[in-house]
Order: sequence, then C-alpha cells, then structure tokens
Amino acid sequence: MTTSAPAVDFQAIVVGAGPAGTAAAYTLAKAGVTCALLERGAYPGAKNVMGGVLYTEPVAEIIPEFWKTAPLERPLVQQEFWVMAPDGCISLKQQNEKMRELPYNRYSVLRAKFDPWFAKQAEEAGAYLINKTVVSELLWKHDQVVGVRTDRPQGDLYAPIVILADGVNSLLAEQAGLRNKVEPKQVALAVKEVIALPEKTIVERFNLEPDHGAAIDLYGNIAHGLAGSGFIYTNRNSISIGLGLMLDDLAQSQTKPYELLDELKSHLAVRQLIAGGEPREYMAHMIPEGGYLAMPRLYRGGVMVAGDAAMMVNGIHREGANLAMTSGRIAAETTIAALKSKDYSDHSLSAYERGLNNSYVLKDLKKYKRFPAFVSSHNQIFSLFPEILNEAAADFMTVDDETKDDKQHRIGHDIFSRLSLWQAIKMAYQGWRSVK
Amino acid sequence: MKIEERLALAKHIPDKVSHLEIISVETCRHCAKKPCLTFCPATVYHWDDGEEQITVAYEGCFECGACRLVCPHDNIAWAWPRGGFGVAYRYG
Repeated sequence: MTTSAPAVDFQAIVVGAGPAGTAAAYTLAKAGVTCALLERGAYPGAKNVMGGVLYTEPVAEIIPEFWKTAPLERPLVQQEFWVMAPDGCISLKQQNEKMRELPYNRYSVLRAKFDPWFAKQAEEAGAYLINKTVVSELLWKHDQVVGVRTDRPQGDLYAPIVILADGVNSLLAEQAGLRNKVEPKQVALAVKEVIALPEKTIVERFNLEPDHGAAIDLYGNIAHGLAGSGFIYTNRNSISIGLGLMLDDLAQSQTKPYELLDELKSHLAVRQLIAGGEPREYMAHMIPEGGYLAMPRLYRGGVMVAGDAAMMVNGIHREGANLAMTSGRIAAETTIAALKSKDYSDHSLSAYERGLNNSYVLKDLKKYKRFPAFVSSHNQIFSLFPEILNEAAADFMTVDDETKDDKQHRIGHDIFSRLSLWQAIKMAYQGWRSVK
Repeated sequence: MKIEERLALAKHIPDKVSHLEIISVETCRHCAKKPCLTFCPATVYHWDDGEEQITVAYEGCFECGACRLVCPHDNIAWAWPRGGFGVAYRYG
C-alpha cells in the first residue's frame, strides 16, 4: 500500500446520473470544472423510474429551450383528480387555454429515454460520464471526503468535492454519517406499468388534440384503505399507470403491490382507458415521502447530497425531479465557489444549504413539513373519506321516489354515523395546519 | 396478468452472483410474518418448504431497496448489483 498523497483525478465527482447528478455535472462542466459523472447502470436511466411528470422551468433554467431537442412524450395540458372508491369515483378536471401555450408547463416523460439524453448534454458540455460503475465507499482524509472507491479495478478516484445523487437508497449518505437508515414510514413503494396503445386511441380516449396529453392523479381508496395514491399519464404511444403505497402500511397489510395494480387496472373508471393496450414494462421504485423533517444533513467537508438521496420530494404536488435538478444545480454552484476559494470545508459548503433555503426547494419542503406525519396518522383520508364521499354522491344522484329533504337528511345521518362532526372538524383543522 | 409474465417484461442483465443475501437462515425460520414474501414487487423472495428457508431470485430484482428497510430482523445483506448488471429499464 502506498502512502503518498493521492493525486487529484477530477475537480468534482458526481455519483448518480439521474436528474440531480446530471444537473450538477452539466452545471459544473459548463463552468469549465473537470468532473466525473458516475452511473451504476448500463446507461443513465437504466435504474430510474418516475410517473412521470417533468416540470419545464427547473430544466429550462439549466438547459434553455430543452423541449426542442429532449425526448419528451406529451405536454400535459389536462389535469384530472379522481377521488376513488373501490366501486366508483368522483372526478374533477382542470384545463385552460393558457396551459396550451408555449412553453408548456409540464410534459410526460419516460426516464429510460429522458435520462440518457440529459446525460448526453452534460457529456457534450465536457463532463466525463462513466457508466457501469458502482461507488462502494467514500474516501476520507481526516474528517473530509476526498474521493470515491468504485467497483472497477484500481477504481479509486480523487476529487476535493463529491456530490451524492445516488437516489432514494443512498447508501453513501448513510456511510458519510449524513443520515440514519431511512424508515419504512418515510418512503412509498411505487409500482408502475407502461401500456402501449396507438396514438389515435390515446387522443380519442382522453379527448385530446393530437399532440397534447393528459394527467390523472388518483386519491382515495385504491388499495384496500392503504395510504397511497395513483396516477395515469399519457405518453406518445403508451399510458403510464401506477400506484404508490407507504411502505410501512404495505408491509403490515401483507398485500402484494402488483395485485393492487391489477385492481386499479380493472377499476370501472380505468379499464376503458387502457382496454386493448399491451403491457410493455412493469417496474418498481421507492419514493422519498418523509419530507423536510426526514431530510439528512445536506453537506459536510468535501461532500453534498442532492435530490432523492436528500429526501427532496414534495408529495402533495408530485414534484421530485425538479427539486432534484435545482438541488444539483445549487450543489454545483457551491462547488464552483469552493474551487475558486480552494476551501472545501464544512463551513465553505454550508453555502449549499443557504442556497437551497433561498430557493423553492427548502421553502416548499418546510411549508409542508407536518404533512407526512398528518397523512400517516390519518389513514381515513385515503379510505373512509373517499368512500363516504362516493357513496353520498351516488346516493344523491340517484333519482327515486324519496323526497329531496328526506334524502339529504338520510345522507347527512349516514355520514355522521360513520364520522363524528367533531372528528371531521379536528381532522380538517390539523390537515390545514400541516400545509398552511 | 400473471406476475411471471409481468416480470418478464422488464429487461435484466443478471450477474453470476447474487447482490442479495440472507444473513441467517435460522432467523427466517423464526420470523412469524415473513413480510418479504408479499411486499416485494419482483417476488424475489420465496419460502422453500422442503429446505425450510427463503430462496432469493435476485435475477429479477428491481433494486428498489424496500426489503432492506422492511426486513424485521435486518436479515438481508443488501448491496447494489455490480456496475452494469441488474435491471435495465427500457421505458422507466
């Protein structure tokens, strides 16, 4: 074993070529920083899954007018919310002329197509993309990270700054002492299928202009009362359909996630939309849902953590990739300043957290910091409420010989026999407090 | 749709050795709930009645990481597959 001081291979090393890591590498490369972008998959995107809705602005801040060249599926100009009961649903649809104007606010994407494109932009800007490489541990000098050990022969790489963008299962953030092991109540397990359908069929079934797309978000009892939510997004030639369930509930319930997906696919409001479609891929991924209070320490000497690895997901607004990209960009900007001052200490990298604090990333996550605990302690939101609402609506819409006065009275009585007024008021207050 | 057909849709580049390992066979025998047999979206874990042990079909693993967090006895040695191996989504 040699004892000589390690040579520096790069000015920065980014672990993980997802949205956070690639945004970081791209920003670094554009500023002339020599950086490595390490990806464990055979190609960027090989391991990555999202619903997936990509919001335009945070990407455009990194690559202006990316929509002209990026592999996007459809601009999502229609948004629906469905409140689900096992045998029915209530839906709300939002659309508006402004959402049909360029630049579109959001697109559906398939990550195995988008991520390689995004990583290629970073490569063209000068980043060194190294695929098929797992980082097994961080390398330290005193209390500071100085590089990474990879699973390649002679695979140690040195750089004064390492950015961890290794996703929801960030083993490296744990190793760096930035976080404890994630708890099952802090993550959701999502399962998803991509189902192929002809363009013409998609446009007809979702009532779309030829190049437009629709997003449907599903809440309520889609999974035997388990806390969770679902989604249906239109791609160019396929539909993405899936659901996410809090991992602690799922494990406790002894249910199989793919059976819940089957139930969702056969729901009366869903089955016509996907009828005749051909499943092309089935996949699973975890979503960080713990929010602000479950976030790790974001930096220490020589290292910063971004994106899913840092729990940066806003579950209420189904945002994740945008927070990842913005955090990756801010980590890169912090790196550029640290390289200039040659100071990679804990103190120097605290600028990363300040930057995030000044952006929507931490402002939004802080705003909703009580929401994850509220949801996990009020499962009624996902089971009882939607069921009561669906039954009351079905009842109210049924025309028979009962007088309207009697009907209203009976429905009111039915509701409050299952949920006391006091309970409802208390829950509404706590819910409002958790997001105000 | 059968789970086997569904799992076959995703492309995998399986390594020769497993990235998942049961630490103690004995621990699983005494595990009352065995949650790994149900929540795993890729049905990696099976109970072998004859051998009285969990078998690990790591080749179909999605690397989601749920088993690492859920195993009530921390009895799964969980690592990433070697670089380039494992699931390789074509849609994602």
